[in-house]
Amino acid sequence: MGRSIFINGFSGISAQTEEALFNNEPLVYTSNIFHAVPANYKEIVPAMALRRMSKAIKMGITAAKNALLEANVNLPDAIITATGEGCKHDTEKFLETVLEQKEELLAPTSFIQSTHNTVGGQIALNLNCTGYNLTYTQEDISLESAFIDAMLLLEEDLDVNAVLVGSVDEVSPKITSFSYLNNFLKKEEIQNLELFDQNSAGTITSEGAFFFVLSAEKKINSDVEIVAISTFKEKDAINISREIHKFLVTNNCLVEDLDIVLLGKNGDRNQDVIYEILEKGLFLNSNVLVYKHLVGDFNTVTGFAIWLACKIFKNNYIPNVLKLNTVSSQNPKLALLYNLSQDNTTHSLILVQKV
Amino acid sequence: MSDLRTELKKSIIEQLNLEELSIEEIDNDDSLFGDGLGLDSIDALELIVLLEKDYGIKLTDPYQGKEIFISINKMAEYIETHRTK
Repeated sequence: MGRSIFINGFSGISAQTEEALFNNEPLVYTSNIFHAVPANYKEIVPAMALRRMSKAIKMGITAAKNALLEANVNLPDAIITATGEGCKHDTEKFLETVLEQKEELLAPTSFIQSTHNTVGGQIALNLNCTGYNLTYTQEDISLESAFIDAMLLLEEDLDVNAVLVGSVDEVSPKITSFSYLNNFLKKEEIQNLELFDQNSAGTITSEGAFFFVLSAEKKINSDVEIVAISTFKEKDAINISREIHKFLVTNNCLVEDLDIVLLGKNGDRNQDVIYEILEKGLFLNSNVLVYKHLVGDFNTVTGFAIWLACKIFKNNYIPNVLKLNTVSSQNPKLALLYNLSQDNTTHSLILVQKV
Repeated sequence: MSDLRTELKKSIIEQLNLEELSIEEIDNDDSLFGDGLGLDSIDALELIVLLEKDYGIKLTDPYQGKEIFISINKMAEYIETHRTK
């Protein structure tokens, strides 16, 4: 990447609020599936349009419009959306109607809105944006893929000034609960803040929408620069450390330069072993932070991690609830976000720095 | 007769997610589209499904909807003469 890419506005809706988190009073949940804290959707979306929107659409449009507002951008040149599982609620509603009505008399709304690209389309309709519009759905690297596309777009097309990029994933009653059956979720219900004390298989999950306005132009409201994003496949722990090291060197820095390392550790003992090798090896002297005890694990949870890094930079403060070790860093400026996919094979690396 | 109109209002509120409206707020002669309730073309499709599901009325020509979905009164009149269930 040749051009610097800046985040000029960002917004997130998740199971935690900025206020709760940065006051060190994180919201507590006692179910392994929990919901995002609703925003005031009526302020953003007209009531007649809001009525048929599922939570994914409401969260997506609200986060997108708030990010644009912060960036002072009325109309982005492109909208790039990421989602691992799409509009599950409408998919579920549609499939239930198929069964109830014996495959006849299907109401159109839930079918129309059940597709993965619904949120990107609805944002475009709301903004009257006819520019480039794409939705990435690559499981745990959906958002990373969307970011890479946005960065390539800004790199290659000098006429593109602002790209809206973000992610949405929602919880739905049945489809999400299937995750108990494939061992993604813990069998025993736990309290979210005790996620890392369990030493058991599985994790917890929730939902959220996170949007960012990217530009190659540094503005007065540019808080963060996206230095690089990369994904790779690897199973061997030693090679994972090597790949991370290589990524850092490619981007002209070393582990010692990192002020914070945000790990996607999710409390699943089968997966945490990989993170622990990194904690005790490559990141032994780094200020290591974790976040999945706050919002659980879901396909586009790295959106929360990027939102969190942006907030840490902006507030110049690291909430205690994130800290995994006692290494501290004053005035954090450079952060590495590392996440491992649910099937333990795909890794994502995001390097961001304070502007 | 008024029971059917009340039932229709209830179904429309439920089916079209008009949760902010109450039955009392919809007048029997209010326009369902445009300046009245402000319904749109997707709602029209939902109403076609509702007619068939609840009253056994199958609209073969979607343009018929324009005459039927004018108001609650017009819908009720059509249902009363064409219902099969």
